Amino acid sequence: MKEVFVRLDRCMGCKSCEMACAVEHSVSKSLFNAVCERPSPVRRVYVEMAEGQKVPLVCRHCEDAPCVAVCRTGAMSQDPITGIVDRDEERCVGCWMCAMICPYGVIGRHKEVRIAVKCDRCRDLDVPACVRACPTGTLIYATQGEFVEMMRREAAAKIARGAKSLAKA
Amino acid sequence: MVKDVQDRSIDPASLEMLALAGKAGIETAWDRFERQQPQCGFGELGLCCRNCNMGPCRIDPFGEGPSKGVCGATADIIVARNLLRSIAAGAAAHSDHGRGVAHTFRLMSEGRAPSYQVKDKAKLERLMKEYNVESQIALAEAIMAEFGKQEGPIQFTRRAPAKRIELWRKLGIDPRGIDREIVEIMHRTHMGVDNDYVHLILQGLRASLADGWGGSMIATELQDVMFGTPSPTFSEANLGVLEPNKINIIIHGHEPLLSEMIVAAASDPEMVELAKKQGAVGINVSGMCCTGNEVLMRHGVPVAGNFLQQELAVATGAVEAMVVDIQCIMPALGTLAGCFHTKFISTSPKAKFPGAKHMEFHEETALETAKEIVKTAILNYQNRNPSKLHIPDIKTKCMVGFSVEAIVGALGGTLDPLLGAIKSGAIRGIGAVVGCNNPKVQHDFGHLNLVKELIKNNVLVVTTGCNALACAKAGLLLPEAADLAGDGLKGVCKALGVPPVLHMGSCVDISRILVAAAAIANALGVDISDLPAAGAAPEWMSEKAVSIGAYVVGSGVFTVLGTVPPVLGSQAVAELLTAGAKGVVGASFAVEPDPFKAASLMIEHIDSQRRKLGL
Repeated sequence: MKEVFVRLDRCMGCKSCEMACAVEHSVSKSLFNAVCERPSPVRRVYVEMAEGQKVPLVCRHCEDAPCVAVCRTGAMSQDPITGIVDRDEERCVGCWMCAMICPYGVIGRHKEVRIAVKCDRCRDLDVPACVRACPTGTLIYATQGEFVEMMRREAAAKIARGAKSLAKA
Repeated sequence: MVKDVQDRSIDPASLEMLALAGKAGIETAWDRFERQQPQCGFGELGLCCRNCNMGPCRIDPFGEGPSKGVCGATADIIVARNLLRSIAAGAAAHSDHGRGVAHTFRLMSEGRAPSYQVKDKAKLERLMKEYNVESQIALAEAIMAEFGKQEGPIQFTRRAPAKRIELWRKLGIDPRGIDREIVEIMHRTHMGVDNDYVHLILQGLRASLADGWGGSMIATELQDVMFGTPSPTFSEANLGVLEPNKINIIIHGHEPLLSEMIVAAASDPEMVELAKKQGAVGINVSGMCCTGNEVLMRHGVPVAGNFLQQELAVATGAVEAMVVDIQCIMPALGTLAGCFHTKFISTSPKAKFPGAKHMEFHEETALETAKEIVKTAILNYQNRNPSKLHIPDIKTKCMVGFSVEAIVGALGGTLDPLLGAIKSGAIRGIGAVVGCNNPKVQHDFGHLNLVKELIKNNVLVVTTGCNALACAKAGLLLPEAADLAGDGLKGVCKALGVPPVLHMGSCVDISRILVAAAAIANALGVDISDLPAAGAAPEWMSEKAVSIGAYVVGSGVFTVLGTVPPVLGSQAVAELLTAGAKGVVGASFAVEPDPFKAASLMIEHIDSQRRKLGL
């Protein structure tokens, strides 16, 4: 299964992911119309600043997700095949158990409506809107295998370059 | 986002070159536009402020995040300040062009620019009378003084109907000096100065009026004096004007100061001889963008294309020299020219480009520099690679050069026949369609469909800039195009032998449209905002277009924009521009990307104006 991975060193803090996420979860799916929609479209990805570093945070869709476990109404559920954790708007009562248990703090709410809002990994899109919007390649949509392979290749290239320059010196 | 190359343009010559560029791996603005997607939403909404170093600050348009910048600026303040800075940049660009022309005019008047002469003595005398001065030098001084004036008025603003001037005075937006208003924008938008969005936007209007009725109008008038007031002439447009066996020189940018000299130098027998020695059959100068418009309407010099075709022209492999001055010149040309034998030659002391050969132009030695440039192009002919040569066999005839004087001339010396046609309804109204190209719009699609809709509905179209060139390429600037017009307009055009779309020049020549609008309003005894007229910029992209939009609306003309300006982050500003302005200056903006719907908006406006005038 593909997941959203984050390459921390690349984030510029532009919040394009947040903006694209809100627009993708609007009724019109167009920025210029979305700004007038009520209830206001809500982002599901958050760029935080910690220890001098910009950190995009998005639902990890954890295995055995705690937010699903604590949900009293069955609004929060995990697809057994894709592993995607999603929330049923009709069943959510806004008790915020999920928000309290989520270790990443990525469960938000509508400004005007008392229901939980979280990443659904953009069911209608091949690539989630946040990943598509990221101008620096901070967000990567890949399987875990693909992602670590990419990381390994980058690390290998770094090591190889280091070795070459040592050999020259 | 544009994916398929066929969706990038509706111009057949451009499509042919785009297909070739795609195969050859040549990058164009359309490719770079795709690589920029998605573009920053804060920027698109005008919600990013970089005016001080407590920031950059951004307002969350969805109300979850910050609603104020560090200083407390709200979305309304930030959007208004950003809009104003665009107006300042646009007004500065036009006006500095005007200053350059005025400077040349002064040097010429003092006998220090021997390459230039007075070509339109009648206009010179009219201007002297208008300025109430006795000599050419005094006129030059008086016009130069408009830029640094502190208390106004700028003389040409007095060409506006009395009611309009009175309204500007009442609103405090009658410009005091061309440079002063631009400087005041930069001051007011500095951290912690003007923070009232209405007050800010009024200053934007004032600076833009100093452009349209000041800097731009000075450029137009003095260019006419020095290079001749355009009169109807025939020429050709599109990439097919490039010739396989000639030295091809493209002059691109905005000022006619140098390009006039290049045109003269290229017909010098010595240069033609040199070209023949190099194995070419002659020298072919063609234009691009507004420099193209300037020499097109004064000399019938063919034009290779509009803004988005500059890279495609180089990609033909047929261009010995791409000679540029200022504005709308893509820095991408440097790298691209490096893939061909083309010499990319920059000439303005104000504008240098990576990868360009800089051959700086000065008024005192204009013709000599022009000859050097032409010679460089000629000697580059031997480096042309025939295997890379591909000129689309596509060009269209066009009739150009409708200055206000020429229009009055075509009408038999008075505006009366035009007024009569408007009153009778044969001509429903006048549509001014202008502006750039923008890869956000399929190239020329917005321009041509809007113009065709208007003429079909008996709206006489006046055009400048890249819209004019789109119309030229599509055959809309030919008297025969009257067949595409509604019966009323068709009859008028056939009787006068003119096209239904009148080419009035470059983008500074929108000042000609203002002069025409003022003359028509004066003849009818009304304000410009009462006229059955509307403006549009279907494919606009530049800051100059923002200033143009502001002065056109500030002069009282309802204007439809085809691409969304970065103001939607503030509902208050958007509301003021699209509705509130009507109650203030008698006109407002509309935004409508669909050219057919945009035409409907213009026609509805024209009809309601007609009803108000009892027509």
